[in-house]
Amino acid sequence: MSEAMLRLDAVDKFYGPIDEGVHAVRAVSMTVEKGEIIALLGSSGCGKTSTLRMVAGFEAVSRGRIHLAGREVQSLAPVRRNVAMAFEGYSLYPTVSVRDNIAFALKAARLAEAEVARRVGAVAEMLEITDILDRFPHSISGGQQQRASLARALIRKADLHLLDEPMGQLEPQLRTLLRGRIKHFIKERGLTAILVTHDQTEANALADRIAVMEGGVLQQYASPAEIKERPANLFTGTFVGEPPMNVFPASVAEAGGRLHIDLQGGLDLVYDLADFAAPVRERMLAARDVVIGVRPHAVRRAATGAPATVVANQWLGDQSHIAARFAGGAIVLVEHDRAALAEGAPITVAIRPEDLHLFDAATGQAISHGQALAG
Amino acid sequence: MHATPTIERILRGTAIALVCLFFMFPIAWIMLMSIQTNETILRVPPSVVFAPTFENYQALITGKLETAAGTLEINFMRNLWNSLLLSTSSVALGLVLGVPAAYAFARLKFRGSEDIAFTLLSFRFAPPLLVLLPLTIYFQQLGLANTYGGLIWVYQLIVLPLILWIVRGYFEDIPADIEYAYRIAGHGFWATFRRIALPLAGPGIAAAGLLAFIFAWNNFVFALVLASADKQPVTVGALAFVTASGIQYGQVAAGIVLSIAPTFALALYAQRYLVEGLSLGAVKG
Repeated sequence: MSEAMLRLDAVDKFYGPIDEGVHAVRAVSMTVEKGEIIALLGSSGCGKTSTLRMVAGFEAVSRGRIHLAGREVQSLAPVRRNVAMAFEGYSLYPTVSVRDNIAFALKAARLAEAEVARRVGAVAEMLEITDILDRFPHSISGGQQQRASLARALIRKADLHLLDEPMGQLEPQLRTLLRGRIKHFIKERGLTAILVTHDQTEANALADRIAVMEGGVLQQYASPAEIKERPANLFTGTFVGEPPMNVFPASVAEAGGRLHIDLQGGLDLVYDLADFAAPVRERMLAARDVVIGVRPHAVRRAATGAPATVVANQWLGDQSHIAARFAGGAIVLVEHDRAALAEGAPITVAIRPEDLHLFDAATGQAISHGQALAG
Repeated sequence: MHATPTIERILRGTAIALVCLFFMFPIAWIMLMSIQTNETILRVPPSVVFAPTFENYQALITGKLETAAGTLEINFMRNLWNSLLLSTSSVALGLVLGVPAAYAFARLKFRGSEDIAFTLLSFRFAPPLLVLLPLTIYFQQLGLANTYGGLIWVYQLIVLPLILWIVRGYFEDIPADIEYAYRIAGHGFWATFRRIALPLAGPGIAAAGLLAFIFAWNNFVFALVLASADKQPVTVGALAFVTASGIQYGQVAAGIVLSIAPTFALALYAQRYLVEGLSLGAVKG
């Protein structure tokens, strides 16, 4: 296999003295292949932007190494790294027009006038900013500035394109439209891109792989489908997915030839031993104290099952979100039709063994996903 | 319904008029004095009816002061020129030294940066008289006393901290990402400083330069002690009008009008520039 476009080796970031300051990024290692789109997904302060800025060269790497296009770059100045970046705060040059902002790098590279005009025109059309090309940054809206900043980054030919919250200011329809176009643009040109976002829809739609970060630690780095189906730990499981995964502390025991998952409030989910493959069963029993997780879409109302009491029933126009009291907590179900359930209505819910995610209660690490062992 | 706004308008108009009167009256009065003779100025009661005369200005420009005790040689135009030379050179040197320093203090975090910046600011704390005596001795030993170079150097005590602290604030207000965006697009540190940081801090640099110019222009005590007659600025030169035969109020007034004219004009011009600079800043979200 050829050398990866970007490789981070145990990269640490401390703000302040090493080992004493704020530990913003903790031993993050990951690789990005040429032509891939990667999303760094996490909530505010999770270290995703710090990671991006270390790759760009705006923040010093406290420990670890960064290889980009076969070169070790962590001590190179930003100008020498050959990366392009769209900034969260847009950072357009206020003294020149939007057109000149976008064309800046191309002009600096002494590209022919006609070629510059052609490429600016193409990227402006893609991002729907053709009509504001001759305006100045201070006279256009935040969303327009953001697209101009994105255009300025995408137009460049760089080894790596870094996009920091590139669509945060856009209205939903435009965001949906541009997501597709941007992905096509990047793929068509074979660019490699890292996208920082806290919007999982955006990460799912754009990225080939998602790196979920929390507390400066890379929690999981996998394809969107894999993250959804096989979350590596409790954090990823509950962070990715809308509405979030239902989780309940539980203990697992074998009794009378059946597998009992005891939830709080005296609730007991009972499965046949055969519902789980032997290795999974062994791990479940060995762990004893676990947290079970089930996606709201996978919870079903059934004739037999565990009792729950409806506390809210919301029809969103295309699906119902039903929240119910369950096992000392709350469980959320998603149904595709309008459900005639008033508050306080008793229901019985069933969870199929294949929809069950088990996590170790102590470490949060995944034990199993349905029939498969984790890890 | 309409009564309140009318009263409000009248009150506001009166208040503005009072403020204008308060600030403009001395200037207007000085200008009137400058075109009168000592006799009409000292009339009791004072009157605004008089025959205007330009002999005060004439005396200043020709350098011959007619007093009751005879003709006195003064060198007011020379003083004016000294003021211009000293203030302009000091501000120019202050900008050359202060702007890059301000940028460093704003952008680079280095050991002791805050301490150094504070030390420079603390030059403004001490009364100038405190440092004058040792300075005089040093300057005489170094041969800097009574030289333009020496004065310009001492003027840095006034000019440099001012420029440093004002411009630093402007640099800090420029989002660092704008510079990063420029650097990542293939430009070095110096190109970024010259092409992005300097133009964006332009209004701030202009404001600091202007303020420093006015402070330098108004300085009295450094030049009084460290320079002799031919190097002294107008502030010190105006002392010449206190003559043995009395104070020449007319000439003093004309001298003041001439000496505030440059700073007055500069302030009027830059006031517009300042407002523009502050409202059209780089930081529109």
